[in-house]
Amino acid sequence: MSDGIWIIVIGALVAGSCALVGCFLVLRRQALMGDAISHAVLPGIVIAFLITHSRNTLPMMMGAGALGLFTAFLTSALERHGRLQADASLGVTFTWLFALGVILVSAFTGHVDLDAECVLYGEIEYAPLYRAFWGEFDLGPRAFWILLAVAVANTLFVTLGYKQLKLCAFDPGLAAAVGINAALWHYLLMAFVSITTVGAFESVGAILVVALLIVPPNTAYLLTDRLWAMLALSAVLGALSSVGGYLLASALDSSTSAAIAVVSGLFFILAALFSPTHGAVPRYVRRRRLIARTQAFAE
Amino acid sequence: MTIGALPPWLSFFTLPSINVRLVLSGCIILGLCSGVLGCFTFLRKRALLGDALSHAALPGVCMAFLLTGTKDPLIILAGAAVSCWLGAISVDLITRYTRCKEDSALGMVLSVYFAVGIMLLTSIQHSGNAAQSGLDKFLLGKAPSMLDRDVWTLTILSVIILGAVAVAYKEFKIISFDPGFAQTLGLPVRVLEVVLATLIVLAVVVGIQAVGVVLMSAMLVTPAAAARFWTDRLSIMAVLAGVFGALSGAAGAYISYLGPGMPTGPWMVIAVTSLFAFSLLFAPLRGFVPRFNRTRRTRRRTAQENILRTLYVLGERENRLDASCSETELLKYRPMRASALLSTLSQLEKKGLVAEDSAGCYALTSDGIETGARLTRLHRLWELYLATKLELAADHVHDDAEEIEHIITPELEARLTAALANPGEDPHARRIPGGHPAAQAGEQT
Repeated sequence: MSDGIWIIVIGALVAGSCALVGCFLVLRRQALMGDAISHAVLPGIVIAFLITHSRNTLPMMMGAGALGLFTAFLTSALERHGRLQADASLGVTFTWLFALGVILVSAFTGHVDLDAECVLYGEIEYAPLYRAFWGEFDLGPRAFWILLAVAVANTLFVTLGYKQLKLCAFDPGLAAAVGINAALWHYLLMAFVSITTVGAFESVGAILVVALLIVPPNTAYLLTDRLWAMLALSAVLGALSSVGGYLLASALDSSTSAAIAVVSGLFFILAALFSPTHGAVPRYVRRRRLIARTQAFAE
Repeated sequence: MTIGALPPWLSFFTLPSINVRLVLSGCIILGLCSGVLGCFTFLRKRALLGDALSHAALPGVCMAFLLTGTKDPLIILAGAAVSCWLGAISVDLITRYTRCKEDSALGMVLSVYFAVGIMLLTSIQHSGNAAQSGLDKFLLGKAPSMLDRDVWTLTILSVIILGAVAVAYKEFKIISFDPGFAQTLGLPVRVLEVVLATLIVLAVVVGIQAVGVVLMSAMLVTPAAAARFWTDRLSIMAVLAGVFGALSGAAGAYISYLGPGMPTGPWMVIAVTSLFAFSLLFAPLRGFVPRFNRTRRTRRRTAQENILRTLYVLGERENRLDASCSETELLKYRPMRASALLSTLSQLEKKGLVAEDSAGCYALTSDGIETGARLTRLHRLWELYLATKLELAADHVHDDAEEIEHIITPELEARLTAALANPGEDPHARRIPGGHPAAQAGEQT
């Protein structure tokens, strides 16, 4: 397969995984969690690097995943026990961890080949270059296998926990009343968001993950009122953004990750304007028609 | 002694070089402005607006370069300001005209604007234009290399920002707390919101140059969040947040002076987060420890008062108010952990309300009888109030009275007494201590 196809496939996998967990973030009004986690994992990555002295993926992913969960935990703790509002809890937590990460990087900068940029701003163009091998046999890009695993894990999680996640997102009170452990599902969701963020950003860059976690789900949110349709639509929209972004980036000779995010943003603008149910233009037209009909009736 | 002979941790305070002075004043001004402005976004529950806007600056930086071909800081700043401002407008449009929520709007503006910026940046880089180098560093912050001109820009902008806040303080206050109310007052809410957003854009644009994107968002959230723990008044909160911001700016400059290679911005954030953590734990009004202590004190007092009342009621039954009573007996009437009972009894003993006799039994002292009588009076007054005025069944009033007896103030007691005409008997036909003597006389005859 050519690199172009691989890039689109990897982009689509990221889009799918992000869409599945992103829909629940959007519905629970935690859309900025992805942004927060992708910044807050920096100290985890640095510490994992300092312990293992290698840029091996597994320890770094574990360090990052731990910090992702820690972010979710600290945010809820500040909210619950510190009585601080949700957005500020998140803001204080992730900026603090990011600052800590930057300080760690600059403190050990002498004997460490690591900088904040290479961790946070991965590029999807380079993803096909790092291959996975089975003995001598070339299995294809490593990122493909990592993201396939993430996508499968997310699909399983959302399918198996569909009922609980849905109830927790729409009516936490009812969820608690029928005996669903809301805290457990909150942390499970956060764990999967961390895994997705960490698994994806090394190969495609944080900005793409943050965008794909919330832009396609919000686009789908404007197009449908059913949760399963929202999940499916946002995955499809994400995959389409991946194709569109690849083409746009080739045309403009720019970053593919960023182009994918931009195309997903364009889809959102289209949906905000023209969605049959919630778009601004159809709503405006309906209102004009209603006014015209009322006037005709009055005359 | 010459300046050179001082150790670095001291020599900083003599402001040895022009560079130190510039960095220090720049960081302090920046912290002050962002702290004050952060209060308003914090109260609007848009604490992460700064985060979204500082990311939204990138496309403007690149466009300014693409259009003019120069890296003149003022032109780049203007470009950044324009795209930040468009970002703020986009957030507003999305929340107003679509059904997407505030946090989604912030997140989408943040990621899509930043992605547009990255696209432009990579496109410029791939074009092989040699003049572009360093453009990507613009958003990372460069406090240690602040120039004379940067500090002057900062100073002028901060005077504008703080002046505007001072002039329109009342209006900003109303739209932060209750935009709907502001509308009914006839205030131009949308104009004010745009002005506030513009001020934040100004702070963000000069701030990202000094401390970088992410850390700028910290300076707009954390000082305000820290100040919130100390006060319920916006004016005090704004002053405190400004002070916290300025202090952490100074701390950041100090630490980066001590440790060469230590980044100023991140240390500013660590400093302000330390202030936040201190406030979270120890601020008298909303801090965790004082709140915990208050709860514990109330719980203790409630336990003490419950025991006093139990002893009093048991004494009433024996017609001898200082009758002594063993622990087992007490536990029978007031089920609780034995260890908790013991510690409560020893607290009461220390206060001189209860005395332990040689047999290990406890009895009320004369002070104890007085307090027990007052509590019993409050309990029974409330029971009577519920039964007569709210017409609750007599067997439904005890649990409520059990809780309220600890809270009723003397003023409330006086009003209850007046409302019930200083009664002598509760709904269970038990005497109310200090009640109407005639009623009591009647009961006794």
